Amino acid sequence: MRDASSMTEKGETILRLNNISKNFGAVSALTDIDLEVRAGEVVALVGDNGAGKSTLVKVLAGVHQPSSGTIEFMGNQVTLDSPGTALQLGIATVFQDLALCENLDVVANLFLGHEMSPWSLDEVAMEVRAWTLLRELAARIPSVREPIASLSGGQRQTVAIARSLLLDPKIIMLDEPTAALGVAQTAEVLNLIERVRDRGLGVIIISHNMEDVRAVADRIVVLRLGRNNGVFTPDASNQELVASITGATENSVSRRMERKSGQSNEISGRPA
Amino acid sequence: MNQQKSNGVPSANGTMLDRSDERVKHSEGVLDLVKAFIDRIRSGDLGMLPVAVGLIVISTVFSILNPVFLLPNNLVNLLFDCATVGIISLGIVCVLLLGEIDLSVGSMSGLSSAIIGVLWVNAGWPVGGAIIVALLVGAAVGALYATLYSRLGMPSFVATLAGLLALLGLQLYILGPTGSINLPYASPLVRFGQILVMPAWLSHVLALVPGAVMIVMGMRTRERRRAANLSSQPFGILAMKAGILTVALEFAVYYLNLGRGVPWMFGLLVVLVVALNYALTRTRWGRSMFAVGGNREAARRSGINVRRIYLSAFMLCSTLATLGGILSASRLASSSQQAGTGDVNLNAIAAAVIGGTSLFGGRGSAYSALLGIIVIQAISNGLTLLNLSSSLRYMITGAVLAIAVIVDSLARRSRVSHGRA
Repeated sequence: MRDASSMTEKGETILRLNNISKNFGAVSALTDIDLEVRAGEVVALVGDNGAGKSTLVKVLAGVHQPSSGTIEFMGNQVTLDSPGTALQLGIATVFQDLALCENLDVVANLFLGHEMSPWSLDEVAMEVRAWTLLRELAARIPSVREPIASLSGGQRQTVAIARSLLLDPKIIMLDEPTAALGVAQTAEVLNLIERVRDRGLGVIIISHNMEDVRAVADRIVVLRLGRNNGVFTPDASNQELVASITGATENSVSRRMERKSGQSNEISGRPA
Repeated sequence: MNQQKSNGVPSANGTMLDRSDERVKHSEGVLDLVKAFIDRIRSGDLGMLPVAVGLIVISTVFSILNPVFLLPNNLVNLLFDCATVGIISLGIVCVLLLGEIDLSVGSMSGLSSAIIGVLWVNAGWPVGGAIIVALLVGAAVGALYATLYSRLGMPSFVATLAGLLALLGLQLYILGPTGSINLPYASPLVRFGQILVMPAWLSHVLALVPGAVMIVMGMRTRERRRAANLSSQPFGILAMKAGILTVALEFAVYYLNLGRGVPWMFGLLVVLVVALNYALTRTRWGRSMFAVGGNREAARRSGINVRRIYLSAFMLCSTLATLGGILSASRLASSSQQAGTGDVNLNAIAAAVIGGTSLFGGRGSAYSALLGIIVIQAISNGLTLLNLSSSLRYMITGAVLAIAVIVDSLARRSRVSHGRA
């Protein structure tokens, strides 16, 4: 499923958004958003609650249609009018609510909508592929023949991520992938993201956890109230990031950050 | 790393892919199979248990009250009756899997019997043409329901309730003032619905088929799973299941052949059930049906065309209701104003639910229509033998439906708490 020909040149721009806006009635959730994702790059989308991160992901996943603006994929302008279109282009999404069918087993969920041999399902081949994929991700799933309902939150997250990788996408978007996970599983998911990036995929990750973001992101894109509010590198200071996210340079978070970084500067003896 | 030794699985080439997690219990012998079965029942995954219990209770009670109930010829009659509503119930399974409902299947079947009568007998069409027109009308009505549901957001419950009345009106309209048309007794269609049975030898041969298919398919899957380093069902258990099934079927066929034999019409129902079962379990369409019934939004996001799934389910349901109506017209040798009224609707829905298809979507199987309708028709047949008036029959059937739905709801609650969805 993963042939080298489908790989994109590292550094090549896969996805470019120009002036994307999305209105829900009178509320404009996104206003003139520009975003660029290159192959082999992890872009983190950060922002406060209601900043429009999830809406942007849903636009890219084909769940919502933008009110205006253009999307370029691999240099061609595209219309993402349904989740199917986005998937076919190679934009895979792990939604925050995971979107798994609890009544179906792990194999069925992994291959949902893309079953092998549609007129006579090849259960054996699908099960083998499922196990190989889960092994690659070092996932701890007890049995792929149990319904999703019997799995824990972390296991469901793993299944959702595995599913997005199954179709050999060019870009994978993760909406809060570590929010429900324990320490070890979070590390596992972050490792996984790096492995995906090294394969030459573009990764968009949404997270509230600045540590996670700094650990894996190559660029950090800040959204605020539905607008672009700056692009940072992972070595940008927390203060800068928080200021950009909250829109205020002076608040309790920034003051605490200041105190903290002041302390750590004294200890390590070098500026942050 | 240290798993796997205790349950005695042969592991020549290391751990099997699906047995590498020590937290999962794997059943190996017959005893484990029984244990797993009891666990499943406890967690609310009832499967065929309600049907088995129902049939035992029904046949005991009715054969005590009237020994005629268990005579071969009465059972042959029972199977003739099963086929008509059973086919309607098969369509109901499709919409129930999506968590929707079609309340108009009774009227739909009545309308189709009226179409057959009017076109074939009154207008002198060839019977094949009349059947095709009826089936097309059924498909069109199903498409209309699907459109009302997915384009206009009309709940299927309301749309089909409106359809129930509208289709009944149409049935009365095309039947006209006479209200009843007799179908010619000697015609193949009526003979199919009333007397045609399989030759004894053929029915015995056909009764061997399921067991044989089970063995052959089971062996093939076993080989493939082995080659892929996956665990597989021991041959002994496979052979035992196939053996029990074959003995049971052969005995049933033998017993029915003491009477008139196995009706062809019942054979048609079985063929349709097997076909739908294949479509539901072994094709992408079937997988999508379960996915949409389980989590519509998740299905949509995985790229499934949800509207098309609803369209196919509603069309299949109405078309099968039409086919059931044609067969019940042939069974009664008439198209009348009464066709499809009364308890047809509820019997079809009750059969699917009793057989184990959940009203809440995402769970069920084609076999539930077959098994459920045998229970329902056994009750109805037994009550008729007792010479009870239809008022009492309606009340009792209503109570049975209520019990079936209660069992479904309780089982669902238990499944949720046991993590089985």
